[in-house]
Amino acid sequence: MYGNAYIDPNEKPKSIIDGEDPIKLAEFEARIARGEKIEPKDWMPREYRKQLIRMIEQHAHSEIIGALPEGTWITRAPGFKRKLALMAKVQDEVGHAQLLYSAAETLGKSREAMINDLITGKSKYSNVFNYPAFTWADACVIAWLIDAGAIINQVANAKGSYGPYCRALDRICTEESFHLKYGHDNVVTLATGTPTQRKMVQEALNRWWPPIMHFFGPSDKISNHTEILMRWKVKMATNDDMRQQFLNMYVPKIWDLGLTVPDANLKKNEETGKWEYTEPDWDEFKRVINGDGPCNAERLAVRRNAEERGRWVREALNTAQSKYVVPLA
Amino acid sequence: MNHIKELLYKMADDLLIIGHRNSEWTGLGPILEEDIAFSSMAQDKIGQSQAIFQLLHELGEQEPDTVAFTRNANQFHNAVFTELPNGDYAFSTMRHFLYDVADQLRFEMLANSSYEPLAKVSRKVKGELKYHVFHANTWITKLGAATEESHARMQTALNECWNYALGMFEASEFEQQLISEKIFEGEAELKQRWLGAISPILTKATLTIPDESTWQPHTGGRKGIHTEHLQPLLDEMSEVFKIDPTAEW
Repeated sequence: MYGNAYIDPNEKPKSIIDGEDPIKLAEFEARIARGEKIEPKDWMPREYRKQLIRMIEQHAHSEIIGALPEGTWITRAPGFKRKLALMAKVQDEVGHAQLLYSAAETLGKSREAMINDLITGKSKYSNVFNYPAFTWADACVIAWLIDAGAIINQVANAKGSYGPYCRALDRICTEESFHLKYGHDNVVTLATGTPTQRKMVQEALNRWWPPIMHFFGPSDKISNHTEILMRWKVKMATNDDMRQQFLNMYVPKIWDLGLTVPDANLKKNEETGKWEYTEPDWDEFKRVINGDGPCNAERLAVRRNAEERGRWVREALNTAQSKYVVPLA
Repeated sequence: MNHIKELLYKMADDLLIIGHRNSEWTGLGPILEEDIAFSSMAQDKIGQSQAIFQLLHELGEQEPDTVAFTRNANQFHNAVFTELPNGDYAFSTMRHFLYDVADQLRFEMLANSSYEPLAKVSRKVKGELKYHVFHANTWITKLGAATEESHARMQTALNECWNYALGMFEASEFEQQLISEKIFEGEAELKQRWLGAISPILTKATLTIPDESTWQPHTGGRKGIHTEHLQPLLDEMSEVFKIDPTAEW
């Protein structure tokens, strides 16, 4: 599960196509315009490769870091049915990371290099996983609404231009659609359960609403940069469009369950068809994405520790006979 | 019927507790592929334990959820071996090997049990366990003989596991009845087959079984006598369920 790739708004757009062969670039853009997929061995602009690596890598990191807040509830899941389902769900997320690291590797960066950039704090992952899952109901809300947001993003990106990423996303979206059913079933059970259960799920929704609103990222600045990335089908929809789509699909479902969304200003403007809401606190978003969220340090420490403790195993696998092979796309 | 219930309880509890421990590797494995493998095995084991609790339910015990999520440590019959914390990957993998080889042999025996409901479940379970043993054998062979460090870690793990592993074969008070009614061929027979199965793999892995003069099976688990590690595991497992055991979750 994953939100949108974070593109630094301060990055200068001028260099994006500087120095590219204009004929090759025109051919490349024509292929994308015709709806063709770009494959690993095809010519591609430097910036296309760079942005895709960054995006797929962030997505992969989000899958393994996302396994941590949910994973802590596997050992506490109430009853066989929930325990088995949550194990399978979190396992899927780790499997998604495996698929995505492979897709990113086709662009020339190894899994080891990517994981190293994750644990040294050099590359990002989805901001939502820097918030804690306090109760079982938090894990249920994550499985429903964060996965719902992820599907909106990933269905859009699956129509992008890079073949290996699209194919990975097609499979991921199929699995995520089961997660969504799992999450919804959990939330329905709590929302229609005992007063304690209803209170648990409402409180979890209150805690998770701001991260959910942050999930798709701040409004995109309409810049040269965004325009080119959209033309290259690296970025498929604006952050605001995806947020609107999410609100349109899920706010009515939340209300149907008798739950309250903790935003008094949230309503659909019937004239424009758009949802109006209190602008999320983007300063907080920036603070958290730059490392100062409630769980950033803990998440990275857990990951670093796992890497450190597993080093001897990887060294044992890495014998003189083994050689590096880029995965098949 | 008590003899059958006792047999089923110890198997179901072993699977539940080892499955729980396996699931603790989720997100923390040395490579992603091992996260996924331990999670798969955990799912199989928890599912298998549920199937056996269901057999118990058919014999008049409470619902699987109630039995699994509301008992205290002294009511559990799992081998102490299964409740020990995961330790490093060497310990977890060694336990996985020693436990799963035994379990596969146990379920192969039980596939021919005169108690047909158990025989039926066992025929399905042994098919799943084949892959667990295949996974264990691959890793034991690889890590035992790969680097100096991996060899040392695996040998240490084997030494640490050994007496606990022997405790898996703690005899039941109903042993003779189970054997004479052809329900189960017995722990002593299982232990012999187990020794025969693990030895060639450990030899291939250049690992040495501790000297027989030091063998002191760590028993007690089958009678509800556990280490200090089990109750916290159960408290964690039942934390949400116990908020309201009568609610639907």
